[in-house]
Amino acid sequence: MAKFKTKRSNTTPAISTASLPDIIFILLFFFMVSTVMREVSLKVENTLPKATELKKLAKRTLVSYIYVGSPLNKKLWGSAPKIQLNDAFAEVGDVGLFIAHERANMPESKRRFLNVSLKVDKKTKIGILTDVKQELRKANALRISYAAFPRSEVY
Amino acid sequence: MAKSKNRPSTEINASSMADIAFLLLIFFLVTTRMAVDKGISVVLPPWSDEPPPETELQDRNAFIVVVNSHDDLLVENEITDIKDLKNKAKRFINNKGEDPTLSDNPQIAVISFRGDRGTSYERYIGVYNELLAAYNELRDEYSNGTYGSIYNDLDSADRAVVKKLYPLRISEAEPLDYGEH
Repeated sequence: MAKFKTKRSNTTPAISTASLPDIIFILLFFFMVSTVMREVSLKVENTLPKATELKKLAKRTLVSYIYVGSPLNKKLWGSAPKIQLNDAFAEVGDVGLFIAHERANMPESKRRFLNVSLKVDKKTKIGILTDVKQELRKANALRISYAAFPRSEVY
Repeated sequence: MAKSKNRPSTEINASSMADIAFLLLIFFLVTTRMAVDKGISVVLPPWSDEPPPETELQDRNAFIVVVNSHDDLLVENEITDIKDLKNKAKRFINNKGEDPTLSDNPQIAVISFRGDRGTSYERYIGVYNELLAAYNELRDEYSNGTYGSIYNDLDSADRAVVKKLYPLRISEAEPLDYGEH
């Protein structure tokens, strides 16, 4: 019987890590698909309000973003709400030019589908938002979207 | 020459592959954010320099919602809790001439929503959301009764029919300016 006795070493065998890269790659692909690149670094507070009646914006390439909120660096900029376009603060009057720039960067056939997503901090007073909306109307960018987080509970 | 035939195949050491993948993963974690492009879609009225024309609108067909700079809600001259707003709006839109104080029919009923420049954005969106919810629920109820599925699942022809019956008529009026500062 001793013939069939296999020889076993006392040490535990090392766990094979050969599949570890595959697992990490799956994680990587998940994140690549489900996330999008950060385009601007925020300079204003931007906690979006919550709402239930949300619609998904169609195509990211057709969406321009306008951020409104009080500045993060309050020592330098004060606490009054400011507008951020791309990477810099802007005045209300700059919105029209910004929209013209965004339009110019789009293919001509798609320009009329320009959608403006207003990312406004929930603590902001709507006065400044109204001014922005008037500028958007003057620039003929009429399709807007109030960006918000989904909320499940209803009143 | 014969030697090479018997040589055992060498394995490529793949242990650093995990590290490379980890680096890539962390890079993507840092530079990206979750895709949350959702929002309440609104179409603004086109700009005109002339004042808007006076429209003949009977009092019963206008539903006036006002939010002041203290975020208090006034619906048809009554202080209202936001919890009741949706049902009030639904009753107003879907009245179809029954109650003489509410609208004649959904096609000419208008909800006028006016804020104040000092209203907080959270409150403004909260109220707007309730008004939109009233319309969406009415559309869903009608399409459930007629077509047996909710509005969003209808095909475009049926959807146009429901949309014509319950057109979205919320007007965002120019806010008052009493309490911004």
